[in-house]
Amino acid sequence: MVAPAALRVVRCGGGGRLCGARPVFSADAKYLLCGSGDFVKMYSLATGETLRLMGGHADLVTGVQLNPHNHMQLYSSSLDGRIKLWDFMDGIPIKTFTVGSKLLALYALASCEDSVFVIVPKNGERDTFQLVSVKLTKAAGQDIEAKDLSVVLDDVDVSPKCIAFGREGEYVASVKDVNLQVYFFKRKQLNKFSVSVMKTKGGNHNFTCVVCHPTEDCIATGHADGKIRLWYVNFHHKREYTFSTLHWHHDVVLDLAFSMEGTSLLSGGIESVLVLWQNLSDRQKDFLPRLGSAVEYISVSPDGTLCCTLHTDNRISIINSNLRFSRSIQGLIKSRDVKTGLVVDPRTKALVLNGEPGHLQFYCLQSDQQLFSLDIVQQQYIHQADLKQVDLVKVAFSAQGKWLATVEEREEETDPELQLKLWFYDEETQSFKLNTRINTPHDDQITDMCFRDMDEMEDDSLILVTTGRDCVFKVWVIVEDTDPEAQQSVSWSCDFVGSYHNYQATNCCFSEDGSLLAVSFEGTVTVWDSVTWDLKCTFCHPPGKIRNICFGRLTCSKYLIGATDHGFLCCWNLLSCALEWSAHLNILVLQPDPLSEHIAAVSWLSKESSLFVFKPNEPRPIYIQRNLCKEKIQLAAFVPRDEPETAGSEKYLWLRRSQLFFLTDTQELMTLSTRSLEERLTPSSKQLAVEESLPVTPFSLLLGKHRRQQSQEDIDLGKLIVHNKQEQDSPAVKELLHTPAHVLPSASFLCPIFIKSLLISKENKSAEEVADEVEMESEKAEDDSDEERDVTEMEQEDTSPSELLGEMTCKLSKYQEKELRKIRKMDYSWISAF
Amino acid sequence: MATYKPVVVQAFPKLGEKITQDTLYWRGYKTPVQIKEFGAVNKIHFSPVPPYNYAVTASSRIHIYGRYSQEPIKTFSRFKDAAYCATYRDDGNLLVAGSEEGSIRLFDVSGRAPLRQFDGPTKAVHVVGFLSDKYRIFSGGDDYSSSLWDIPNGTEIISYNEHTDYVRCGCASKVNADVFITGSYDHTVKLFDARTKGSVMTIEHGHPVESVLLFQSGGLLVSAGGRYVKVWDILKGGQLLVSLKNHHKTVTCLCLNSSGQRLLSGSLDRHVKIYSTTSYKVVHSFNYATSILSLALSPEDETIVVGMTNGVLNVKHRKPEKRKEESQKKRQPAYRTYVKGRTYMPKQEDFCVSKPVKHILRKYDKLLKSFQSSKALDAVLEPPIRLHTPEVTVAVMQELHRRGTLRSALAGRDEKQINLLLTFVARHVVEPRFTSVLVTVADMITDIYQPVVGQSAIVDRQFLKLQEAIGKEIDYQEELLEVLGMMDTLFATFTKKSAAYPEENRSNGLTETIETNTNN
Repeated sequence: MVAPAALRVVRCGGGGRLCGARPVFSADAKYLLCGSGDFVKMYSLATGETLRLMGGHADLVTGVQLNPHNHMQLYSSSLDGRIKLWDFMDGIPIKTFTVGSKLLALYALASCEDSVFVIVPKNGERDTFQLVSVKLTKAAGQDIEAKDLSVVLDDVDVSPKCIAFGREGEYVASVKDVNLQVYFFKRKQLNKFSVSVMKTKGGNHNFTCVVCHPTEDCIATGHADGKIRLWYVNFHHKREYTFSTLHWHHDVVLDLAFSMEGTSLLSGGIESVLVLWQNLSDRQKDFLPRLGSAVEYISVSPDGTLCCTLHTDNRISIINSNLRFSRSIQGLIKSRDVKTGLVVDPRTKALVLNGEPGHLQFYCLQSDQQLFSLDIVQQQYIHQADLKQVDLVKVAFSAQGKWLATVEEREEETDPELQLKLWFYDEETQSFKLNTRINTPHDDQITDMCFRDMDEMEDDSLILVTTGRDCVFKVWVIVEDTDPEAQQSVSWSCDFVGSYHNYQATNCCFSEDGSLLAVSFEGTVTVWDSVTWDLKCTFCHPPGKIRNICFGRLTCSKYLIGATDHGFLCCWNLLSCALEWSAHLNILVLQPDPLSEHIAAVSWLSKESSLFVFKPNEPRPIYIQRNLCKEKIQLAAFVPRDEPETAGSEKYLWLRRSQLFFLTDTQELMTLSTRSLEERLTPSSKQLAVEESLPVTPFSLLLGKHRRQQSQEDIDLGKLIVHNKQEQDSPAVKELLHTPAHVLPSASFLCPIFIKSLLISKENKSAEEVADEVEMESEKAEDDSDEERDVTEMEQEDTSPSELLGEMTCKLSKYQEKELRKIRKMDYSWISAF
Repeated sequence: MATYKPVVVQAFPKLGEKITQDTLYWRGYKTPVQIKEFGAVNKIHFSPVPPYNYAVTASSRIHIYGRYSQEPIKTFSRFKDAAYCATYRDDGNLLVAGSEEGSIRLFDVSGRAPLRQFDGPTKAVHVVGFLSDKYRIFSGGDDYSSSLWDIPNGTEIISYNEHTDYVRCGCASKVNADVFITGSYDHTVKLFDARTKGSVMTIEHGHPVESVLLFQSGGLLVSAGGRYVKVWDILKGGQLLVSLKNHHKTVTCLCLNSSGQRLLSGSLDRHVKIYSTTSYKVVHSFNYATSILSLALSPEDETIVVGMTNGVLNVKHRKPEKRKEESQKKRQPAYRTYVKGRTYMPKQEDFCVSKPVKHILRKYDKLLKSFQSSKALDAVLEPPIRLHTPEVTVAVMQELHRRGTLRSALAGRDEKQINLLLTFVARHVVEPRFTSVLVTVADMITDIYQPVVGQSAIVDRQFLKLQEAIGKEIDYQEELLEVLGMMDTLFATFTKKSAAYPEENRSNGLTETIETNTNN
């Protein structure tokens, strides 16, 4: 750590894409391990929670494999050229093997004692890769150089799906383009087959993936035209083979997996349907349709009860053996294009953006979990290439999160199909309910949309403004439905249509008090009175069109900020209607902080993004971060913090109340944080220490707390329940039972004590005294567990355990009684409250 | 992992009138019977006893019609000039009518010649009626007076000369035999008590009063005059309860339905409006060919009779209610088979195994789930779905388009199916809610079946129909644009300069949407 308060860019969402490597089940099928960006993640299969996040690689994790000789260990490979061996139960890295070149896939075999197989790029050549085996020396020490490489196969495909190892590691099959090669380790024999020789009739026969049957000499390959071929190779004769074809997929087969016994085959493609081929035949197949998005990887648990599919949108579905969907593990779902922008839901403080196609995902930043996914389009999603899908393009929340407006769009040759939907938050069902649907709100694409943000004024002042490429902006208001038989009392309708010289309306923004509306029309910003809808004034800063506009807040509410695509950031004073200042910056994103005057602007200049934070009333920025990241930053959002952070330095005061998140071109969600990665990770790992082997759900935690509380209350109230009694004599019994048998005195000696301990002690004891005893006993039990007693000591004690008990009671009773009286006083008041 | 999501059938807001219980009730009349009278029908009155004949006063005659008769059962025609306001007594035996020459005549329903003739008023008597004790008659006429007559003696009991203009309407209280009300062109409604010498209450309506009505309870008074229908609380001393302005011409007649829950008003603007007497909102309205002068509703709302200025009597009979006998025939399983086991409360030691909730999918959803696009399209082109819920058909077409299989689902169809598809498209393509989808469908159909055009006369005809429908729609849109242009000019001249800006924008937005429709 250089400086404690240095602001750094941190990737959030606990890592990046899950799609780097095939997920692996642990041996007991309780956990799922998969690579996620630079990390290896461990999920609990029972709850779907992230149990562990193992970080240490410096680049994308490309392979995750269990150590075949120790099921508690895990190998992972990464593009940084290292293979790491982990103890995943504790999350400790055991060893790191440095190979040197990029590792693109990792395979570990039970038959190979001390080596693993990796795909590496061939020396000196860029686009050819080879499968090599790496000898992992058993030398001591954490970091070991693994330079003992031997090439197994030349010219293999880069994808980890294109290599598979046959039963008991006898052979390895590799596919590339139209060629299949099988290499036998023992005989050192290489057989090559190719598909194009056999069939030349249409279609793309390229191989996409290969798997080997676990017990038989059978290889299954998937092809780009959707066919699956099963090769039965007679391995004794070089040129004899038979194959059968299974065809259901209409597009590329993305992954295949044999069941553990090899009786059935699972396949998945971009149709997002999991197909189960029973008995490896065409006749009997089962389907699990509508998995959400294309199936990237399929893996099967070692006991055959579960299988999981990893999808291209960063989601894992866990599926029972009878093809029943059981749960999905999802973080931030990556959609192809985030058109909605980053929006913060005022109610949950969740980040809202495009999720699954046609859905809106509510992503909780704190827990790295998807809160829920709202189906906006409500249409069946058809997975097919070059089909124009309905896309969610704009989202806006009203100030309290009571109303949600969404725009969906489907591009067509002539004019786009547009729908504006307004959703009402239903308190009863705790979800959004569709209130109004407006077909074709504009004749062309909607460019921007905003609600009038006013906290104090409720529904009656709620206004929605949409701007469109059809050169108008429209104002929508709530109208009361006069028809008493209508299902809902309010609906939305258009109130005003405004335009300015037939320019395309590009952006809109309400001032903080809601009295002014700024709409940008190409190169001009127009300001409208939101009551009378009169045009108040116009601003422009030629040349160039307006890219973003926003009003200043709080003390700076008299300023209007605009960014043009000619690289100018301008600030206009609304009182004097004059340009206050301007700066020459190519601003891509302009984001005001809802809780302060600060405005964040992200610029893009000579292949790096920079961040400027400024207040509109002074042209000098408060904070500049050059080289924020190498990618273009698409979107940004300020998310309010739950509690204001105690900022270390004056410089980062602007981060005190809200946190800045931004999304890059490659859909990485990043944030700025003063804390380092380790600090950020610690709280989660602390929490993980609680759950040892059993999965602890939030519910069980809650229940446990409740139970503990309840038992505490029982004691406090002086209620004596029978099980308390049993607890009372447990230490004596425990002592008896936990002492090794060979050091115990004879049974005849122990028996009376044991029986005595089981007896219910004095009848005339008041409830208080008994309660005393309970507490004292538990104290004693703690003592017992803390101290390791000698045998002799124990024998001494054994002679008179009951006496000792009595003594202790007498000693402590006075003090305890005082305590109890206090408690009782408190209790009565507490009860009376009920 | 998610379950299959069924196709979203878009719900569109229903434009036009909403179907309520009232609309269903008031629509339940047969097509009207038109009967030509000799002159403007100034009064229709139903006999309060079965068989509910009704007396129609028009010109110098009073016709009595039976319930279903198109010809009058009986005619009283001994008037020299116009007769007015033929009214039945509560027992249905006597009928009284005023006349232009000023005499009031009392008829026995079964007889022909008048039983009594009350001569006294010098000018036309426009309103007559029985008090609820059956032995007295009140009248009002053009001599500004309201009088009371004794039937047995045939003499005038009392005459009130309080109105300052023609008395044109009146009614007697059903609760008190001494109380009657008259409304006059002097803009007032006066309440008289036969036991006193003057009016008890005067209510200022504000317009010449054309019709008055008392509620069954006698506590509420309804007056109609000018464009207004006003409801007054008599028990509170004539306080205005509600003022209704739903007609755009003078309201001429009022009527309550048999239950007293609905108030009907007829007007010269050719409409009959039906109000709920609890909320005083219009729940339904009828319109007629010409201005309405009189209106009556038979007991149990069996018949609505409306008399008009051109002498046409419009009679609507209620449709007989359908009895659902078929459903009764089918034997339902006993109630206990449904509740069997439902009432069992699980004990503490019981394990509860809940049945998974079964999602029932529609046929087209099942087919879509298994990717059978062509069959799914077939399923939604079945008559019940295609005819009654075209939005489902369109939703499935849209879903198929979204899946990229619409073209293959549309292709490979025979003559009959193409015919069906084209009929559907041609019918619905002009509906704005379906246009965007059906234009794509029409495009694809023309693309796919272009090579076979000319091989089948039926298909060719459908193509022509489609072309015609689209051509018509384009013309229509162009016309609308012209109207819009005119309106823009009008708005521009009307609006003040300060408000000019938003107004301009609004109209711009409107024009653009219509333009895109035209492009489609």
